Amino acid sequence: MMRRLATLVGILGLAAAVFLWVLSGPNPLPDEELAAMGDGDAARGETVFWAGGCGSCHAAKGAKGDDKLTLGGRHPLVTPFGTFYAPNISPHTEHGIGAWTRDQFANAMARGLAPDGSHYYPAFPYTSYACMELADIADLWAFLGTLEPVDTVNLDHDLPLIFSIRRGLGLWKWLFLSDQPVVAIDEADAQLVRGRYLVEGPAHCGECHTPRNLIGGVDQSRWLAGGPAPEGEGFIPNITPHETGIGSWTADDIAFSLESGFTPEFDSFGASMVSVQDNMARLPAGDREAIAAYLKHVRPVATRKPVEPGQ
Amino acid sequence: MRKLFFGLIAAGVMVAGSAHADAIADRKATMKGVGGAMGTLVRMVRGQADFDAQAALAAFTTMNNATTGFVDLFPEGTETGGKTTVSAKVWEDRAGFEAAVNKFAGDTAAAVAAAPADLDALKAAFGPVAGNCNACHEVYRIPQQ
Repeated sequence: MMRRLATLVGILGLAAAVFLWVLSGPNPLPDEELAAMGDGDAARGETVFWAGGCGSCHAAKGAKGDDKLTLGGRHPLVTPFGTFYAPNISPHTEHGIGAWTRDQFANAMARGLAPDGSHYYPAFPYTSYACMELADIADLWAFLGTLEPVDTVNLDHDLPLIFSIRRGLGLWKWLFLSDQPVVAIDEADAQLVRGRYLVEGPAHCGECHTPRNLIGGVDQSRWLAGGPAPEGEGFIPNITPHETGIGSWTADDIAFSLESGFTPEFDSFGASMVSVQDNMARLPAGDREAIAAYLKHVRPVATRKPVEPGQ
Repeated sequence: MRKLFFGLIAAGVMVAGSAHADAIADRKATMKGVGGAMGTLVRMVRGQADFDAQAALAAFTTMNNATTGFVDLFPEGTETGGKTTVSAKVWEDRAGFEAAVNKFAGDTAAAVAAAPADLDALKAAFGPVAGNCNACHEVYRIPQQ
């Protein structure tokens, strides 16, 4: 009897292990989607580049102007999970991504997969890029190929042992990686559709402006309601139209702030938003207006801040 | 009576911490003044208000005055409290912080000296001044609601 039970437990345990192993495996884009991606257009890709803010993490920390196009990596992201160092994504064939194929790049962006099939950490915001159009990813690939190769060697992330097993990220992705939009909108409203695409996709606003749960997943029930900075110190502001968020800002205020870096009270943006705003200022005005329209449209959610001493 | 007693104790505690609270409140008020002056200028630059040479000069002067003694409003012990949004980098990189404030002082002094007489001159003077805001806040302020 005991032996049968032990056998049964053994079989179930093995089945569970196999199940988790399969579940945690790579899930690349289907071949037919990759085949339909197109060759990409570098000029259009530049807009995708600024919308995505690639240079804010993959260029040197504090890089300004055209230095944001020097994508040698090494910018540290100091998070509660450990310190991540953005890798070199310049077209250098040895130290950058110059030897990659476009398909490999698309799987990195939309599925968080390295060319060898291993998982990237979601410090690289593929959870947002997952809903990008593959045509835009192809354009971005074409643009990145026009930039200067940089020979900087990548730094290893500095993580506690428990997070160093990348296979486990497959289970995390199973929980949190989706290519479906967060906010339901009128699909016939072209401006809202564009705004949602930019905010939820390439611009990845929700990665900082939405709070995360204990295992680092974005809490979509509090979408864009602000939260403790996932990187560095402070509290990332609530940008929903709630009175504790930016409910008093007009759509024009929002678009102007993204263009100029000034709030309606003529305070200025600070910290990591400075680099983000500099990227946003390079987009066509219509894109900033679309982002503003979307931000006026999302569900208002009250700010929930941890109480700090002296506040 | 008891309420009064506890009230007095509470007041005593607040007074003990007030020297530092004053610095935080003062630097917040100073920045608020700079923001107000910036608003005057932005509205003119954006064409939302008519160009007014006197008001523009007053705004640049307010900003320049704000830099006088500004770094002294960041003494040790004011890293936290009073809803401050200051970054620890103000103390970790004091020289960099003071250089940023000095740059703002220089750029606003140049704008005051230029005393823009028309909108184009204002725009030319405005750009270098405005760039100071987020350049300094990028490093020396933490994000906050």
